[in-house]
Amino acid sequence: MSINYSEKIPNNVNLSEDRTLQRALEQWQPNYLNWWNDMGPDGSQNFDVYLRTAVSVDPQGWAQFGHVKMPDYRWGIFLNPAEQDRKIHFGDHLGDDAWQEVPGEYRANLRRIIVTQGDTEPASVEQQRHLGLTAPSQYDLRNLFQVNVEEGRHLWAMVYLLHKYFGRDGREEGEALLERRSGQTDNPRILQAFNEQTPDWLSFFMFTYFTDRDGKFQLCALAESAFDPLARTTKFMLTEEAHHMFVGESGVGRVISRTCQVMNELKTDDVAKIRAAGVIDLPTLQRYLNFHFSVTIDLFGADESSNAATFYSTGLKGRYEEGKRTDDHRLKSDSYKVLEVRNGQLVEKEVPMLNALNEVLRDDYIKDSIAGVGRWNKIIEKAGIPFQLKAPHKAFHRNIGALAGVKVSPDGKVISAAEWAAHVDHWLPSASDRAFVASLMGRCVEPGKFANWIAPPVMGINRQPVNFDYVRFN
Amino acid sequence: MEMAEISLFKQHLIDPVICIRCNTCEATCPVGAITHDDRNYVVDAEKCNHCMACVPPCPTGSIDNWRNMPRVKAYSLTEQLGWDELPEELSTAALEAAGVSPSAIVEQAALSPQATSVDPAQLVGFQSAKYGSVLPPWSAAHPFTNLYGPKAEQAFVIATVTGNARVTEVGKDYDTHHIVLDFGSMPFPVLEGQSIGIIPPGCDQHGRAHPPRQYSVASPRNGERPGYNNLSLTIKRVLENHQGQPVRGVASNFMCDLKIGDKVQVTGPFGSSFLMPNHPRSSIVMICTGTGSAPMRAMTEWRRRMRQSGKFEGGKLMLFFGARTQQELPYFGPLQSLPKDFIDIELAFSRTPGQAKRYVQDAMRDRSADLALLLRDPNAFFFVCGLKAMEEGVVMTLRDVAVQAGMDWDSLGATMKREGRLHLETY
Repeated sequence: MSINYSEKIPNNVNLSEDRTLQRALEQWQPNYLNWWNDMGPDGSQNFDVYLRTAVSVDPQGWAQFGHVKMPDYRWGIFLNPAEQDRKIHFGDHLGDDAWQEVPGEYRANLRRIIVTQGDTEPASVEQQRHLGLTAPSQYDLRNLFQVNVEEGRHLWAMVYLLHKYFGRDGREEGEALLERRSGQTDNPRILQAFNEQTPDWLSFFMFTYFTDRDGKFQLCALAESAFDPLARTTKFMLTEEAHHMFVGESGVGRVISRTCQVMNELKTDDVAKIRAAGVIDLPTLQRYLNFHFSVTIDLFGADESSNAATFYSTGLKGRYEEGKRTDDHRLKSDSYKVLEVRNGQLVEKEVPMLNALNEVLRDDYIKDSIAGVGRWNKIIEKAGIPFQLKAPHKAFHRNIGALAGVKVSPDGKVISAAEWAAHVDHWLPSASDRAFVASLMGRCVEPGKFANWIAPPVMGINRQPVNFDYVRFN
Repeated sequence: MEMAEISLFKQHLIDPVICIRCNTCEATCPVGAITHDDRNYVVDAEKCNHCMACVPPCPTGSIDNWRNMPRVKAYSLTEQLGWDELPEELSTAALEAAGVSPSAIVEQAALSPQATSVDPAQLVGFQSAKYGSVLPPWSAAHPFTNLYGPKAEQAFVIATVTGNARVTEVGKDYDTHHIVLDFGSMPFPVLEGQSIGIIPPGCDQHGRAHPPRQYSVASPRNGERPGYNNLSLTIKRVLENHQGQPVRGVASNFMCDLKIGDKVQVTGPFGSSFLMPNHPRSSIVMICTGTGSAPMRAMTEWRRRMRQSGKFEGGKLMLFFGARTQQELPYFGPLQSLPKDFIDIELAFSRTPGQAKRYVQDAMRDRSADLALLLRDPNAFFFVCGLKAMEEGVVMTLRDVAVQAGMDWDSLGATMKREGRLHLETY
C-alpha cells in the first residue's frame, strides 16, 4: 500500500523522507483506523463535522477549520520548532545538551512514561464513544468530536515517538496501545481513571475539566524533558489540550447558568422542584465535582515516590513550569510537606522534595483547578444565589498513596468507616443522582437548539454563530 | 498621515469571563505582549502589534475583544489584572471627558457605528475585520514565514543598510524614509505584502530589550534592485504621539537615522495572506494611507517589472492613496511618472489648506462605477493598508458601492473573504 504521507499526515518531522518511520506507520495506520472505526465515536463515521485540523505549527497553520468526516480527519504529527542549542535545565544532567536520541540507560523509563501518557489518549475516546447519542446540542456534539479526534492525534504523537526512537519495542508498544480497552477486565487501560465510565454529559464536562487538566500538567512536566523530541511533542499537544479544558470549564459553567436561571424563575432552592424542572441541582453538581476531583488527583501517583525522584534527577520529567522556577533545579537538599494520618488526624510531614515530586505536581494542579471552580462560583454569585461550589480536601476519597484507605470528609476530617458510609451519598454521586442525570440525557441536535438542562454558549466556534450547522448528519 | 489626529485606538483585551487561563495565547504571542497572574490573562497595549497570531489558537474566543480607547488612557496591565469582566465601551461623553476632541469621536463613530457590548453573542454591528481574508489569492506565490524569530532556529538575522533616502518633501512635522536593507548571503526571501520585524538596539526604561517593530516590505520579490538580496521599507519618523505631544518613536527614529553600512537585527518574514495575485488577467485595487503605501509600492513595482518583460496580459491596477497633504505623501514624485494606462491613481488629501477635507473613502465613492465593476470581477483583488481607523470606513464604502450597484453585500463580502479577494492590514 502506498500512502502519500505529506498529504495524508500533515507533519513537520520530514516523514516523506524517513523510510523506517514510513514502514512502521504503514503497519500501524490501518490498525489505528480499525481501532477508530471499532472504538471511536459511535454511529458518527458518516457525519461531516466542523473540525479544527492542525496542518503546521505556526499560528496560521494549526487551526484550520472545515467540515470533515472523522475517519478522514488528517491526524498529523507535529513537534514544536526546535530551540537551538537547548540545554537540560534540571536534574543531574543540568547544563548538558538536550538529548536528540534516547540514552540507553533511560530507555526503559522513557518508554514507560511515553506509553503511560499515550495510553490515556485512546482510553478517553473509548470512554466517550456513546456520548454522541445523547448530545445536548450540535455545538456540543461538535466539541465532543473535536476532543475525540485530538485525543486520537495525541495517540499518534506518542506512537510517533515510540516508532521513531524505540525500534521494535516501540512498535510493539504502539500495537498494544490499540489493543488495550477502557474498562475491559482482561486488558484494561493502564490508569484507573481511564477505566471509569463517562456515562453522561455532566461526567464528560467534569472529565474534560478535571482529568484533561491532569493531562495538561503531565504534558507540561514532560515539555521540560531532557529528551528533546518528547519536550517538543508535548509542547504542541498542550495547545490542543487547552480546547478540552475549555469544553469542560464552559460546559459545567453552562449547566450552572441554566440551573441558576431556573432556580430564579421558580424562586426555589428545593432540590425536588429543581429536578422536576429538568435541570441539575447544585448539590448534585458538587457531588460530581467531588468525584472527578478526587479520582483525578489520584492520577498524580503516590505522594512519596522514588520513581518520581528518578524521573526528575535523570532529566526525564521536570516540574510544572520548571523553567520559571528559581531554585537550584536539582532539589537534593530541599524538602516538601506531604500528608499522613497520625493518631486519627491528618498531619503534615516533611520529606525530601525529590521523593515528593508527584505531590508537588498534584499541588500545582489543585491550585489551577480551584481557580476554575472560583470562576464557576462567579456565575452563581451573579445570579444572586447563596451557594458555593468547593473543591474537596485533597485527602478526600483517595485510592493511591499514603491516604488510600483512610476515610476523610470533604472538609478534611478523618472519619470512621461508619461515618463515611452514612454520608457518602451526600459527598459522592449516588446511584440515584446518576440515574437522575442520565434521565435528562436525550439527543438535541437541531442547529441552535439546546437541551433544557444546559444554557447555550456565549459564542460559537471560530467566530461562527451559535446556531451554525456544526455537524451535518447526511 | 491621514487621520493621524484621531487619538483613539483599538485596544486588544481578553474577556476574563470566557477565558479559561490555558496560557495558549501567552505561549503563542510573538512579541511577548500577553502575561498573567493568578487571576487574569492580560494584553500589554504598548507591546501588542495586532498581529492576531493569538486569535486562532485561543480555544474560547475570549481573546477576540477590542475597545476604542484614547491611547493615553489605554487600560494598564494593573487595571486589567483586577477585572472580573470587561469594561463597557466608553461612551462619547466619557471619551470627551478623557480629552478626546469631539471631532475625533465623530470621525471614529462614523467608522465604527456599533458600540460593542460586553456579550459577544449580541454583537450585530458592522465589523470590517470579519470581511478580511485569511487566505491568499489563488494565484499567490508561496511565502516563507518566521524564518527568524523567537521560535525559529535563529532569533534574528543581521542586515546591512545600503540606502536611506527621504521620500516626502522636507517639512518639520513629517519625515518619511525609504530604507534599503541588504542580507548579503543570508536567506531572506519575501513577497510583496509581507512584513519584517526590526529589533531596535538597547533597552527600555525598565531595562528590557525592545520588542521588534513590524514594517511592510516596500520592494518586490526580486529585490529593491532586481537580482540582489535586498529589500526596502517605508518608515515614518514618529515625533509625536496621537495627542500631538512630542514623543520620539524608538524604532522609527533609529531606522530613519541609519547610515549606509549600519547593521540592523531583522526577524520574519511575516504574513501569508496579504499577497498579490499573479495570474496575468488579475486586477489589483490598492487602498492605503501614509506608510500603508509600502506593500502597494511593492506590488505595483512587481507588476511594472512583469509588464516590462512582456509577461503581463492586462489586469487593471487601481490605487487610492490618502495623506494629509501632497507634501506628506510618500513617493509622490515617482508615482507621477507611472504611465496612466498602467495604473489608475486617485489621491486624497485631508489637510490641504483652503480645500475641503478629502479622504480615501471620498475618492472611492467618486469612482464607485469602476469599483463596482471590479467588485463583480472574480479576478479583482482588494488590498487595504494604513491606520486601523481607516479600515471600517473603507470596508463600509466598499459595501455601499456594492449595494448601490445592486449587489448583495452579505454574500459578496463572504465570497470575497472566502476567495482571498479582500485583504486588510491596518495598525
